Amino acid sequence: MERIPILQMGNFLIVTIQVDMHDQLAMTLQDDLTNRISQTSAHGVLIDISALEIVDSFIGRVLGNIAKMAQVLDAKTVVVGMQPAVAITLVELGLSLTGIRTALNVEKGMALLQASTDPTTDSQVTATKGHLDDNAEA
Amino acid sequence: MQKPETLTIQSSADVVLVRQAVRRVAIEIGFGLVDQTKIVTAASELARNTLDYGGGGTVQLEALQEGLKRGLKLTFEDQGPGIPDIELALKDGFTTGNGLGMGLSGAKRLASEFEIESCVGVGTRVTIVRWK
Repeated sequence: MERIPILQMGNFLIVTIQVDMHDQLAMTLQDDLTNRISQTSAHGVLIDISALEIVDSFIGRVLGNIAKMAQVLDAKTVVVGMQPAVAITLVELGLSLTGIRTALNVEKGMALLQASTDPTTDSQVTATKGHLDDNAEA
Repeated sequence: MQKPETLTIQSSADVVLVRQAVRRVAIEIGFGLVDQTKIVTAASELARNTLDYGGGGTVQLEALQEGLKRGLKLTFEDQGPGIPDIELALKDGFTTGNGLGMGLSGAKRLASEFEIESCVGVGTRVTIVRWK
């Protein structure tokens, strides 16, 4: 069966979506990632969508579900690399990707995950996280 | 101008093929990246609706030219159960399926022109045009 590979790097899982995903493939990724978080006790998930040429409401929902399920399993999710045209289209479509943290690229996404899972920077993280959570609940 | 092209939509793999065909024709017409992304995203929403709610159907892709203006017209047709209340179906967040309820309303926002006809028990036709 066709699957999107999930790589492990220390405490983090990394997914880079390189294909034009059909809906079933997106659902499989959602299940696989949730299982892998549980198996590996990962603290963070980074999803690189720089190769995705569109994000429609279905893919948006799957990304949102992944972030929510990861949250329940005590892992943070960051979506990175969204193309500007995709961002413009998403906003016009009416999707806000509420509750999903994003970063411009893999490097910034990893830094965000590291900061939010590193216990020594707890106070700083709480400040950032609190702000993001407010948005998520709005 | 190219002849209209018709694709069938019977599986989620076909939705991907529709996206790719719409992208190809949009590039041929000379759409910029943002216009391409908007029409492909709208096509993806409508193709999924055709599959999920219409039980499958077809899409016709047609390049348009009016004077110097060029555009792309997509017509989605199915012989599914139809939509009893179109106004309600066009509301943001309304869904009878498992989506976000942004498909129809979102596709409408992404298109320059949008038309929907539906007859309960007969089927649904959604037409969108995006001008360059």
